[in-house]
Amino acid sequence: MSEENGVIYRISGPVVTAVGISPRMYEVVRVGDEGLMGEVIELHGEQSVIQVYEETSGVRPGEPVIRTGQTLSVQLGPGLLTKIYDGIQRPLPELEKTMGVFIKRGVDADGLDLEKNWDFKATAKAGDSVTSGDVIGTVQETKTIEHRVMVPPGTSGVIKNISSGEFNVTQTVCTLEDGNEIQMMQKWPVRTPRPFTKKHAPEVPLQTGQRILDFLFPLAKGGTAGIPGPFGSGKTVTQQQLAKWSDADIVVYIGCGERGNEMTEVLDEFPHLMDPKTGEALMNRTTMIANTSNMPVAAREASVYTGITIAEYFRDMGYDVALMADSTSRWAEAMREISSRLEEMPGEEGYPAYLSSRLAEFYERAGRVETLAGGDGSVSVIGAVSPPGGDISEPVSQGTLRIVKVFWGLDAGLARQRHFPAINWLNSYSLYPPSLDQWYRDNIKSDFPELRTEISALLQVEAELQEIVQLVGSDALPVDQQLTLEVARMIREFFLQQNAFHDVDTYTDLKLQYTMAKAILSFQEESKKALAGGAALEDVVNVPARTDLMRGRFESGYEEKIDKMLETMIKQIAETMEDN
Amino acid sequence: MTGKEYRTITDVKGPLVFLNKTEPVAFGEIVELRLTDGTLKNGQVLDTSDDQVIVQVFEGTASIDKQTGIKFLGDVFKLPVSTDMIGRILDGAGRPRDGGPAIVADEMADIIGAAINPYSRQSPDTFIQTGISAIDACTSLVRGQKLPIFSASGLPHNDIALQIARQAKLVDSDDDFVVVFCAMGITAEEYNFFVHDLERTGALENACLFVNLADDPAVERLITPRLALTAAEYLAFEKDYHVLVIYTDMTNYCESLRQIGAAREEVPGRRGYPGYMYTDLAMLYERAGLVKGKKGSITQFPILTMPGDDITHPIPDLSGYITEGQIVISRELHQKGIYPPINVLPSLSRLMNAGIGDGKTREDHKSVSDQLYAAYAQGRELRGLVAIVGEDALNERDLQLLKFADIFENKFLRQSRDEDRSISEGTLDYAWELLSNIDTKYLVRLDQKWIDKYHPTDKKE
Ligand SMILES: Nc1ncnc2c1ncn2[C@@H]1O[C@H](COP(=O)(O)OP(=O)(O)OP(=O)(O)O)[C@@H](O)[C@H]1O
Ligand SMILES: [Mg+2]
Repeated sequence: MSEENGVIYRISGPVVTAVGISPRMYEVVRVGDEGLMGEVIELHGEQSVIQVYEETSGVRPGEPVIRTGQTLSVQLGPGLLTKIYDGIQRPLPELEKTMGVFIKRGVDADGLDLEKNWDFKATAKAGDSVTSGDVIGTVQETKTIEHRVMVPPGTSGVIKNISSGEFNVTQTVCTLEDGNEIQMMQKWPVRTPRPFTKKHAPEVPLQTGQRILDFLFPLAKGGTAGIPGPFGSGKTVTQQQLAKWSDADIVVYIGCGERGNEMTEVLDEFPHLMDPKTGEALMNRTTMIANTSNMPVAAREASVYTGITIAEYFRDMGYDVALMADSTSRWAEAMREISSRLEEMPGEEGYPAYLSSRLAEFYERAGRVETLAGGDGSVSVIGAVSPPGGDISEPVSQGTLRIVKVFWGLDAGLARQRHFPAINWLNSYSLYPPSLDQWYRDNIKSDFPELRTEISALLQVEAELQEIVQLVGSDALPVDQQLTLEVARMIREFFLQQNAFHDVDTYTDLKLQYTMAKAILSFQEESKKALAGGAALEDVVNVPARTDLMRGRFESGYEEKIDKMLETMIKQIAETMEDN
Repeated sequence: MTGKEYRTITDVKGPLVFLNKTEPVAFGEIVELRLTDGTLKNGQVLDTSDDQVIVQVFEGTASIDKQTGIKFLGDVFKLPVSTDMIGRILDGAGRPRDGGPAIVADEMADIIGAAINPYSRQSPDTFIQTGISAIDACTSLVRGQKLPIFSASGLPHNDIALQIARQAKLVDSDDDFVVVFCAMGITAEEYNFFVHDLERTGALENACLFVNLADDPAVERLITPRLALTAAEYLAFEKDYHVLVIYTDMTNYCESLRQIGAAREEVPGRRGYPGYMYTDLAMLYERAGLVKGKKGSITQFPILTMPGDDITHPIPDLSGYITEGQIVISRELHQKGIYPPINVLPSLSRLMNAGIGDGKTREDHKSVSDQLYAAYAQGRELRGLVAIVGEDALNERDLQLLKFADIFENKFLRQSRDEDRSISEGTLDYAWELLSNIDTKYLVRLDQKWIDKYHPTDKKE
């Protein structure tokens, strides 16, 4: 193997050039005396260009570079959930054990705990003929999630032996007639999408409990969404809300080049938050990848691939997986930095020319699929985007918007007014409603889509009226238009605004969302009647029961009280006619 | 290290020196340059290969020629650290500037600093009282936070930073802060102002200063904050101190970064700043926080002046993307003669919620803060309207809010440079008193139970 060991020729930050080896593209190599982990990203004559996942200061030309023969892969199997990894799937708690609170380099750690025994329950039996993706047994991985052990892609045959019992992830749980052995752990190269049978059109919404998202701009299970916004506008809070409350089976949360404290917050909170679906801790369904802004950029580049591969793996078991990447801009910047070290011809704003194809490839790994085993699974991808100065005409925002089907546009002005979530209802959009509407009719209410249209229309009308108000003041408007403004204000303040930090307001299920929207339209209708009957607008909008109805959303048990509150409001509005 | 001296310089460009055919040199290695007149300069390796080495020279490349001798010192940049640094003034490269002896190292610390394992962090949640009402009430600071001051030239950000350094303390605790102060390219006058103030209040004894002034080498500025943070980490995580790091001015730091990028002919990012500036700044700002199992902490107050008062300029923009909020200084308030001229509307502390409330500050803090914000925001908006339609067009509520905006600025914001208001009596009670200028029925953000308890006239005795 001596010809497989080369030497370092050049070091420039995270990019190292080696000579004397001829590795494959994307092969993992060990760099320098400390054996730092790197990946081959370019072959150039005699030279192999390597991106190194750890800090390179102190490394010298002439130090060895060793091939491993492997491409960058993740370990997949029981033990992924509740874990927090760095960008290359090293478990952060393990790193703490071996090197203390600061991340030093040259330390290896397995993604899965190879020693731990799991209680494997065989679901297939000897004599069964199995093929790639078939489930042969299960493990109760966490209190709520059953891990389905699958035949790895590329393997098939007739089972010779299979037995239930205590196994670790590297022990053979099943032997095929041809001698092939199956363990609970699979390895998969992160840059290659995992196979499936075919893609289906998404037709079920990912319910998030966030009113503006679910009601106006829904994401489908298996869909893609982008959240661009300037700093402090609410990207992270929105992503965390989705990680907490969306009705996915599995959540993969990638902190990609963002703050350390935000990951700590998730780690602190999730074990104590209850999944509304199962009543168990949210942590049970969550895997986290944390490659913060000050951790090596090459590992940041890899982190989104590590995350999406884990997501696909759970999808293959037939689960609905939601993946959040905060922030894809930092991922793109990592690509830019490495590309510039490679002295590649830059595209727009210094980003590599392949930026948009990388973005497209990433979001393409989302989708609702028929799995190899014939089941139904999905990966939904939600990417935050951090445009410089909040201006989305830049390459990462534009590259993202060309691909994703949902655009949740965060707005600095709304954030400054403390209107949260600061999602601009005028320029945001979702392309999913046509494929989801049947689901809403069947599962929530038959007129759900029409209600959505009405609410959106009111907000549009408000925007037009506001332009007039800017010029002449609202008193100059006819009273029916003043009412429209009042109704739109109610939509904004009562419905669209939602406080992520309030115990009750933080989550509203779809049925209650429908009822709240309906209540707003009742207010409009009853007020119109009252105005026609001679009531004064001032009296109509100030009926006390309306305030109660609006404030009620902060109280638990609102869904039981709202009908009654609505009734009182209608009564009080009607009474405003009698006063006159 | 007795390394060989090379005279193989091929090119000199801006702050960079290119040389060829050397022994294998480490990436990041420290370099000593000996000029023909005997002057010594220092540098660091930015790129290394068998054929060529690129060195960034901290003191600038003036007078360097092809005869200049270059010696590689065999190691990356390390700072001698010890608790003796407290009370000392060092220069931008870590050497004594106060005429005192060299620091006797307890330890040699790598200045790049390893990243804190996110799993090992502890969420910051302890309120720091700064005694400045605008900050304590509206953008509360917590221990371990990084909260920059976004200012602009000619505004009193230094006074504010000093006032914070003087007054910062925990409620109900004697834990004191050690201040690590880092000057990057500020003027001698500004520097003297800092030092005199620290001397006057005796704070200098409890501080460690790293100083690179406007006429000191620009490239050295890239090192100075790393030295300061290395010292801070040592004091916080080895010696249990609570450290407050103030650095000024980040804008000068970023200019130096741009200069290096240009000299290397890198493809520039926005407005000529390097594409990796976000990551570079994060390597500084993220060196704040608390760590499980360690008693100390690092709280950061970076000060930056926004070129052209523009908050979307890459320097404040990228900073805002990394820090946990920002305190924005307003020229308009300054021109009205209000000190401290903090505009609370664009200011934000993202960690505030974790640090305030019952048992931390006071149960009504959040409500009061929201109400102050809302009333002031509306009052300010009404000023615009009044300019067009006049006060006559306003209803009673609007008139009260309009008046409140003035009260807020002139009474709540305004305080003297040595006025240290306590959170409970000094700031929150005062806020209630001022809010009572508005009819209670318009104070919709205040919970009734707090009105019953704290409202100066409407409370239930
Ligand atoms: N839904 C919400 N409810 C209440 N407050 C919110 C909400 N969304 C955002 N905020 C407020 O806005 C602040 C900033 O939000 P967040 O951290 O999500 O911004 P961001 O867009 O991720 O910024 P950055 O790009 O700097 O990471 C939060 O700390 C919180 O105070
Ligand atoms: Mg964020």
